[in-house]
Amino acid sequence: MHHTQLPTYKPKDFATDQDVRWCPGCGDYAILKAVQKTLPTLGRRKEDYVFVSGIGCAARFPYYMDTYGLHSIHGRAPAFATGIKLANPALDVWLVSGDGDLLSIGGNHTMHTLRRNVDINILLLNNRIYGLTKGQYSPTSEFGKKTKSTPVGSPDYPVNPLSWAIGGGCTFVARSIDIDVLHLEKVMARAAAHRGTSFVEVYQDCNIYNHQTWFYASQKKTRPDSTIQLEHSKPMIFGADSDNGLQMDGTRLKVVELSNGVSEDDLLVHDETDRGLAFMLTQLSFPEFPEPLGVIYASTEQETYDHVVHEQARQVIEEHGKGDLYKLLNEGETWVVEDE
Amino acid sequence: MSTDIDTAHRHVDTKPVDAVAIRFCGDSGDGMQLTGGLFTNTAALFGNDIATFPDFPAEIRAPRGTTFGVSGFQVQFASTDIFTPGDAVNALVAMNPAGFKTNIMDVEPGGIVIVNEDEFNKGNFKKCGYEESYDPLDDDELNRRYQIVRVPMTRLTRESLTDSGMGAKDVDRCRNMYALGIVCWLYDRPLDPTIRFLDNFFGKKKDKPEIAAANIKALKSGFFFGETAELFPVRYQVARARLDPGKYRKISGNEATALGFVTAAAKANKQLVYASYPITPASDVLHTLSRLKRYGVTTFQAEDEISAVCAAIGASFAGQLALTGTSGPGLALKGEGIGLAVMLEVPLVVIDVQRAGPSTGMPTKTEQADLLMALWGRPGESPCIVVAPRSPSDCFDMAIEAFRLAVRCMCPVIYLSDGYIANGAEPWRLPDLDAIEPIQIEHPSETNNPDGTFLPYKRDPKTLARPWAIPGTEGLEHRLGGLEKEAETGNVSYDAENHDQMSRTRAAKVLKAADIIPPLEVRGPESADALLLGWGGTYGTITTAGDELRDAGYSVSTAHLRYLSPFPKNLPDVLGRFKTIIVPEINLGQLLKVIRANFLVDAVGINEMRGKMFRIADLVDKTVQIIGR
Repeated sequence: MHHTQLPTYKPKDFATDQDVRWCPGCGDYAILKAVQKTLPTLGRRKEDYVFVSGIGCAARFPYYMDTYGLHSIHGRAPAFATGIKLANPALDVWLVSGDGDLLSIGGNHTMHTLRRNVDINILLLNNRIYGLTKGQYSPTSEFGKKTKSTPVGSPDYPVNPLSWAIGGGCTFVARSIDIDVLHLEKVMARAAAHRGTSFVEVYQDCNIYNHQTWFYASQKKTRPDSTIQLEHSKPMIFGADSDNGLQMDGTRLKVVELSNGVSEDDLLVHDETDRGLAFMLTQLSFPEFPEPLGVIYASTEQETYDHVVHEQARQVIEEHGKGDLYKLLNEGETWVVEDE
Repeated sequence: MSTDIDTAHRHVDTKPVDAVAIRFCGDSGDGMQLTGGLFTNTAALFGNDIATFPDFPAEIRAPRGTTFGVSGFQVQFASTDIFTPGDAVNALVAMNPAGFKTNIMDVEPGGIVIVNEDEFNKGNFKKCGYEESYDPLDDDELNRRYQIVRVPMTRLTRESLTDSGMGAKDVDRCRNMYALGIVCWLYDRPLDPTIRFLDNFFGKKKDKPEIAAANIKALKSGFFFGETAELFPVRYQVARARLDPGKYRKISGNEATALGFVTAAAKANKQLVYASYPITPASDVLHTLSRLKRYGVTTFQAEDEISAVCAAIGASFAGQLALTGTSGPGLALKGEGIGLAVMLEVPLVVIDVQRAGPSTGMPTKTEQADLLMALWGRPGESPCIVVAPRSPSDCFDMAIEAFRLAVRCMCPVIYLSDGYIANGAEPWRLPDLDAIEPIQIEHPSETNNPDGTFLPYKRDPKTLARPWAIPGTEGLEHRLGGLEKEAETGNVSYDAENHDQMSRTRAAKVLKAADIIPPLEVRGPESADALLLGWGGTYGTITTAGDELRDAGYSVSTAHLRYLSPFPKNLPDVLGRFKTIIVPEINLGQLLKVIRANFLVDAVGINEMRGKMFRIADLVDKTVQIIGR
């Protein structure tokens, strides 16, 4: 079936003939574009990609990707993705869904997929609101947020998706933002290269029900001071004039100015393999701290779930040989009834 | 060993009988399931027909001596063809007063009741709710009604194992083998199969040869006790049954289910992906399949029932034979997922080993009350194929049937087993593997539209199934989803005409499965006063009741549905040939409703909700009442 030579794909090869039906101005457009631009660079065949989603605006994603796709039911996308990998580990599975789908109704499945380290890529498009059901608060909405279902303010404390992912045993955690397509592509390429579950939170704007929820991180003016671009082995510098940094102060992180005797050498250096540091970084929130973007955590120490499952089968067959169905049915004690 | 027994002096008469039902009962820690299972093996290997009914509490170790901690195992073994573990117990072995109290009413008048006398003390009377001053063994009425045989099993087991060097606790654990020895003597069954098992299990597998030796010693001591104690005026002998020639093994429904699905995958040349969440009484299917990796089985213990069905659907989309399994509460949780599989039109088999509900209900007790949920328990018009094995060994055949239909029709198939046949066992004539038809699967590799595009919902006119194109196939990339599909293209569609047409097509596709469903067979006259129509695990009981009714001169036939959606094509014709249709079910009338609604037949139900199988005698009585009125 496969030709030996990998075809050269262009982004448009991954676009379907279906009209994209997100609201004009929705952050999802940029994310779709970034994915379509990233895939041709990954060196894989188009027919080996499967895009899986649950329910919600973000979950329409597979309809717009000319790959194999499964638009499933609310919250269960991680389970479908797991089943696909169990059936055929050679497939490259991408799961795209929103904060309600993956963290509320699907929180259970997402958690178990992360801890199993199933070899899939998860893009969490986080707009901190329910869009498709028209504006109720989501599990990432701020405490006290007024929405259609919380007229006097949300009584729920929000979940921090990345802290939760690290706590859940995820082996790759990153964050990006819809207005920066180049950054998105870079992070997605890293996520794609990771063996195991990659979990990428994308700050995404719902311009109808929660416009500018990520205002501070998305505006040219405020972005440099409200976010920090992480790079492995590089000191943690941020700010419009690159004049701020992060430093350890006892057991906590603190923001320092790069003057008054503080130099780059005094700053904390990002180590994406350090799980404890990664957790601390995911806890940083604006305005007290800049919010980290880029690869926060990436560990290759753990085998993937699909590998372990298939390796177990391979080993059993290696030790005992392929099963003989006749012998299996004839197992245990048998007796013969003769013709009389 | 066998020489010891054969040369032993026998001074008791032996009476031939056609069939005997024995029930072993005691605390759930007394090893009654093992004891019953070993006696069953012995009888089966001897050549008797067998049918078993294990009955145990959901509590793993309920407080000792209580009635709710009683575990029982009934086996009927016979020289004739039997279909059930038997109505009335001919011999009861009660290891304690609680077992005696909860089982004595099932013993036939005059039946043998062997008790472990040592456990019949004030403390145990109190635990099981007898008056402390009341010793049932001294009850005149009970002694008139039954042959109560008192054996101080605890003391005798201890005495036989004084030299074993084992602690008191381990010694007492051998009491069940002592009891088994007595029963083997009474019914003239050899000890060899049990000795072989004990050697293999304790000696080799668990590397505890001293435990094996002690159990074997207790077993033999019980046997010799039976012989020398002169407690029994007569021994009983059940001759070999005349089963169809062939090679046999004993099999439970859950075992046969697992083996059937493995065979289906082999016949389809596919991996079997089994995604499941542990639930009584279906977990044994997961246990069995998880050991069969060498046979192309992948198992996934999911985080919950929903994940299990969804992972199975994912595996099906990716091109393997996908199976999920559960019991009633899990089927409810899987409903939305099964609905998605209806919409995606992918093959999927869902096992429901039914148990007594609603809610947690009685997890270890049987029931047939999930039929309507299987048929209709999903949002929207959501037709599925529904099949139901009728006996433990039939589970093997119906498992293969389930996948044959799922793949042919590209839709979910619900497989309704139940606790009664899942845990019950019978002899199984091993199938000729070569005679089982391959399951034909075609994954397209070419586009199916003249313009070079792929139409994922372009149907085969014969089956109405859509093509099963799988990821990894170049040029056939397509998207599936839960939103309504446009005919042929599979694109999202809100068109009114299209939804009407697709809904009807999905229903018609399921009905078309009847093209390969065998006709319903009638046992007894093709036309008669009454037809007893059943489905699922009641087969043995209904069949036996029908045979007894005909023997008594009634004009009654029986028929058993293994296909419940769609029905066999000849069902309306069969229904038309009987004056009265009687539908016995362990529910409050579910198949009954469907038969009445679909065929405008004034059918009558016989219904019980007791967490166990009908008694044959009750079915006979109730049928006579219905015919008579």
